[in-house]
Amino acid sequence: MLEQFSGTESYIASVELQEAVNVALTLQRPLLVKGEPGTGKTLLAEAVAKALGRPLFRWHVKSTSKAQEGLYVYDAVQRLHDSRFGDKDVGDIRQYIRFGGLGQAFLSNAPSVVLIDEVDKADLEFPNDLLHELDRMSFTVTETGDVHTAAVRPLVIITSNNEKELPDAFLRRCIFHFIAFPDAELMAQIVKVHHPAVRQTLVDEALARFYWLRGLSDLRKRPSTSELIDWLGALERGGIDLATITDRVPLLGTLLKKEQDLEALARHQARRNQGGGTGGRGR
Amino acid sequence: MFGLTPPPGPIAPPTHTVPADARREPLFLDFFYTLRGVGVPVGSWEWLTFIEALARGLACADMKRTYALARATLVKDEKHYDAFDQVFAFHFAGAGAEVLQRGLGDALKAWLDTPIPPPQLTEEERALIEQYDLDTLREMFEERLRTQKERHDGGSKWIGTGGTSPFGHGGANPAGIRVGGQGGGKTAVQVAAQRRFREYRKDVTLDIRQLGLALRRLRRLGRPGRATEVDIEGTIDATAKNAGDLDIKLMPPRENRLKVCLLMDVGGSMDPYADLVSRLFSAAHGATHFREFHAFYFHNCIYDKVFRDAAMYDGMSTREFLRWLGPETRVVYVGDAHMAPYELTAPYGAIDHWHMNPDTGLTWLQRLRNHFSHHAWLNPISERYWGHPTIRMVGGLMPMFELTLEGLEKAIESLQ
Repeated sequence: MLEQFSGTESYIASVELQEAVNVALTLQRPLLVKGEPGTGKTLLAEAVAKALGRPLFRWHVKSTSKAQEGLYVYDAVQRLHDSRFGDKDVGDIRQYIRFGGLGQAFLSNAPSVVLIDEVDKADLEFPNDLLHELDRMSFTVTETGDVHTAAVRPLVIITSNNEKELPDAFLRRCIFHFIAFPDAELMAQIVKVHHPAVRQTLVDEALARFYWLRGLSDLRKRPSTSELIDWLGALERGGIDLATITDRVPLLGTLLKKEQDLEALARHQARRNQGGGTGGRGR
Repeated sequence: MFGLTPPPGPIAPPTHTVPADARREPLFLDFFYTLRGVGVPVGSWEWLTFIEALARGLACADMKRTYALARATLVKDEKHYDAFDQVFAFHFAGAGAEVLQRGLGDALKAWLDTPIPPPQLTEEERALIEQYDLDTLREMFEERLRTQKERHDGGSKWIGTGGTSPFGHGGANPAGIRVGGQGGGKTAVQVAAQRRFREYRKDVTLDIRQLGLALRRLRRLGRPGRATEVDIEGTIDATAKNAGDLDIKLMPPRENRLKVCLLMDVGGSMDPYADLVSRLFSAAHGATHFREFHAFYFHNCIYDKVFRDAAMYDGMSTREFLRWLGPETRVVYVGDAHMAPYELTAPYGAIDHWHMNPDTGLTWLQRLRNHFSHHAWLNPISERYWGHPTIRMVGGLMPMFELTLEGLEKAIESLQ
């Protein structure tokens, strides 16, 4: 009965993250996940759905999103259009109700996972507007008066990029996890999963440079896990041997995306070369 | 009630409370109050969620998982992770060096291994919880912090004082929670003691969100953009006029048309309020609902230049500023207006000599006032002290409000 999540083959989760998912599952509370971009917040929902064999419903929140859209949208324009040209029965409003990700999950009879992605993008009041639906797991379609109640509580996973502060009432109901940036050990595992064939020496070299880069203090946007994985892929395909290139970082464009960051790196390297020593690539 | 689907109503703040055994082992309740004592906002809701999770056997008597579980249920913001880690390390290593020696958390394990019936909250239990008054607790805690500082010089950590209840057990000693080596064999306490989340910490307590919510009221809605939304009323009208033939009308979506400019006094006498002002700035900056939002800086008073950066390198002539911003822009000044009178009234009176202002500060303020239709001056100094001559002068020119949530709300009203 007790479902447990412990990561998947392609998604390595820390103990803390596993525990947070399991608490959310057991207590049937929404799980709020924050973390740097590129640490796999969105992927988590996919991994959990896959691991538990549940269907995944997605709802990507935008700055103009209204809380109701996750439940359903009433397509008045289509109905007007049909009243003129269509051959459908426009008296049947139900066919113009389209359910959003959360709505679909409530309607599903099997346990599911719902991803509410980037909840902080929307209006400040947005999370509060969802409280009722998340609490009761039911909603009313105003146009038809239908009440839809979830037969089974879906696992709701909510991601936030910290653009806005979330309301207390909302936070109180959530289980919270902050995905910290993986340390080298965990990162090596993650890399293995994505590039199982890459030689260990290349991985070690790449990780050392990657963490050195991340350690530079004046970067505007530090490279993230997903960028490291792209970089390794590119290095491998290009047949580039890092061990032979000690004075620069090849294929830098996959790691640093900002003009200023490239300049910052150039400054660091110039300083290092001036220092004269072969120096460490140490972090 | 327990273990079933949540009762109707909001997700239940679980109605049962700290299990009997947990009370016998004050480790847990103390943990809760110490968390609160150091400013991690843990409420009874979070606490009971934690207890419920424990009672359902989630942590499996495993310290690492208990740590993860406690963090996931009790802490709702990564800025508190650091404080949480320290309290955790303090309690479960600190719960005494002797506990550590006995093997990690024997008491905890014993407690976790016993299945716990979830008792209802009785009067006694409630009294037990309430006997700790938070303020007293905080005072005691701060007192402890002070003595600690004196005893171990440089030891800014409160971890590990000898423990009178409710701040710990046994004389735990900072050495007791030294960070362990790298590698796989870390205990939860060692992990917690590493303080991995130190950099996420920001001791900002006054809520940016509250300020943001207040600012939201500052808006004037209009429909300036492209027509992309169905105008139901208009469509019905048009269709009726069209003898029932469908005639769809569109209209632009509603938008806030308000432009807002924040002018902030920095440096000197404003330093004590820098934090407060930066919070207001974050809130205003994060408020995405303005059509335009600009922020400028000045020192004490506005003269012939305003600055785009707080360091005041990137200047813009105030005349150009006035040409550039239409009179409909809502202007919010943030400053204490507390200066030497000549800075307002004398030519060349600016505190920064390079200003060399032939026109007095007061003249400039009058120009600003005449240009814009709506102003508000937010003053971090309490209204009681507004008798100061320059504050009176500035207050005579612009409507002045205290820089508090309440003052901000009043200011916003006057800006509408």
